[in-house]
Amino acid sequence: MKRTRIGVILSLALFLGAAIAGQAADVTITYWQYFYQSKVDLMSDLIQQFEARNPGIHVEQVTFPYESYQQKVAAAVPAGEGPDVINLYYGWLPLWVKSGYLQALPQSAFSTARLAKTFYPFVAQSVSFGGKNYSVPTAVRTLALIYNKRLFREAGLDPNVPPRTLEELLADAKKLSKYDAQGNLVQSGLLMQPSGQGHVWIREVLFRQFGATPYSADGRTVTYDSPAGIHAFQWYTDRITKDKVGYPNFSTDDVTAFTAQKAAMNIDGSFRIATLNAVKNLEWGAAELPTYKGIKSNFASFWTNAIVSGISGAKLDAAVKFLAFLTSPEVQDQWLRKVGELPATPSLSERYQNDPVIRVFLKGLAYAHATSYVDEAGQRAILDDAVDEVNLKRTDPAAALDAAAAKEQKLINDFWKQGNE
Amino acid sequence: MTFAARRAAIAYAFLGIPLVFFVGVRFAPMLYMIAMSFTDWGLLRKTVHVVGLANFASIFADPVFLKSLVNTAKYAVLGTPTVIVLSLCIALILDRVPRGKGVYRLLYVLPYITPVVAVAWVWRWMFQSPPLGIINAVFVSVGLRAHEFLNSATQALPSILAVNVWIELGYCTIVFLAGMQTIPSSIMEAARMDGASGWQLLRRITLPLLLPVTLLLVVVEGIQFLRIFTQVYNLSYQALGGPLDSTKSATLYIYQKAFTNFDMGVAASASLVLFAIILAVTLVQLKLFDRRLNY
Repeated sequence: MKRTRIGVILSLALFLGAAIAGQAADVTITYWQYFYQSKVDLMSDLIQQFEARNPGIHVEQVTFPYESYQQKVAAAVPAGEGPDVINLYYGWLPLWVKSGYLQALPQSAFSTARLAKTFYPFVAQSVSFGGKNYSVPTAVRTLALIYNKRLFREAGLDPNVPPRTLEELLADAKKLSKYDAQGNLVQSGLLMQPSGQGHVWIREVLFRQFGATPYSADGRTVTYDSPAGIHAFQWYTDRITKDKVGYPNFSTDDVTAFTAQKAAMNIDGSFRIATLNAVKNLEWGAAELPTYKGIKSNFASFWTNAIVSGISGAKLDAAVKFLAFLTSPEVQDQWLRKVGELPATPSLSERYQNDPVIRVFLKGLAYAHATSYVDEAGQRAILDDAVDEVNLKRTDPAAALDAAAAKEQKLINDFWKQGNE
Repeated sequence: MTFAARRAAIAYAFLGIPLVFFVGVRFAPMLYMIAMSFTDWGLLRKTVHVVGLANFASIFADPVFLKSLVNTAKYAVLGTPTVIVLSLCIALILDRVPRGKGVYRLLYVLPYITPVVAVAWVWRWMFQSPPLGIINAVFVSVGLRAHEFLNSATQALPSILAVNVWIELGYCTIVFLAGMQTIPSSIMEAARMDGASGWQLLRRITLPLLLPVTLLLVVVEGIQFLRIFTQVYNLSYQALGGPLDSTKSATLYIYQKAFTNFDMGVAASASLVLFAIILAVTLVQLKLFDRRLNY
């Protein structure tokens, strides 16, 4: 009796030991992203799919609130307590690469030629530094004109004919704006929110449409303070100061105003599709950004996945496999269906050519530009302040834009001046 | 060990725990901060170099930092007297309320005990331009012009200041009420018998005897306004201290340098400057009031 019991215990111990030994051969990698419900849910799903296909590799997902995400990352990664694979906004890449906290992706898996073939041109440009590639995205985002169909009907406009040019946009915006007896704007015809997507609409769309080039090819020289650039900037500020169809922070911010149906039109990104669809009784449509003199332009951006420096061996192999999985066509497809972000691979968009909303955002990708930021928040604040200067202090738009260009140039110079350490 | 010596040892042991905490959590980081203010320490830098006074040179050359100092001064200079005078008036009135004193006291202290973030967001909505904000709705309904409040480069700072005065009012009122309880009623009665009027009682007895409490409040509120942060962070759009940096306080500037730009060295220098200012202001306040207290 006693002997059998000992035998059982022994075999149990052997079994456990074997199990532990088996686990030791396993690799666990950590993935960080900011908290956005649909992204987190989908990622949990994807991790299961990935683990099923790659026995021995475990992926742990950790999330943080968006507001504190960059701080957490900045505090944890240098301390060596960060993740192995990290989700970053593409505009943060230069700082992270310069600081040495990301490692170049292996050419064997992510060669420049492969990136160029797989992704939109602006992706390959934005993730490559000094001939090395540092990250790959699953999805990309672009801008469109979004509008409230009910408010269009109320104003006597055809909800199926959104404005196609800046001239039509202005005419419709005026018809869609409503004021109280004092002349206060109570319904905005077109939201003017530079701190939202307004600054990139100016930066990559209006400047180009009016004939200005916002930056030099390497992104290190600000070139928008030309007569054409000033003309474009003034077109924007005139809508606030002269036509009063909208102003910054109307009804706290553009998204609140649009979802509360206090605004008829806004320039917003494809990442808003899910949010807008979730709003009850909001009948909305999307149209390609209005053209000017026949010129089309758009702004593209993306969140992208990178491998933190210092990861090597089995962990690195696992991380590379995970990145390859995250950029695969099937994941991109799930990402679009569950999160609403557009596939980063152009060929995958074909099957959505009939979706009335997604189609519009996809079209924009064909002629979109992604700004080469060095400090996204800082550069956004500069254009935002320039609009405020004109709106709140009645500064001459030309002077405000010149000052903004000088400030932004200094920011860019300071960034590249600091040593790479 | 004698009984007295043992008692003393136990007392020191108990005092030692908070002391260790204080040194570890307050002083050590502060000393570290002072040291770091002379370096180029950044969250995203792998090495740290001593840069001497370069950080101080850069912040004093930064118009945004200078503006944030001016804004901080505005918060303190306008806010501290306002909150003290108002709370004193309220306390004097409350002291005379025969019934329901507790209810009124609770009403005044409510804003103080409510989380500042919640208070700030409620006010943010109330300050909205038409058609959303309730304050502007009242203005418009009585025929006044709508104001831009937080959306204006001139009105935003006074708007945030008003919210903070409203928050601090409850605390100051309670402290003043407590101070009034300490005034011996025998003095009041004696004065009354000598035929002193209500105004004389206030000027000659109540206010002078409240001077120590007032000093405490001036120092505490002065510091409170000098390091105003949460209100500005939550009431200004995008938490940026705008529009056009018009509401940015020194603390918000420090926060942005540290956690938006990750320039810890620069943030440490700015913290040191703010620390010096608060220390100097407090010493001056103590000195001024100390002289008047020796009557």
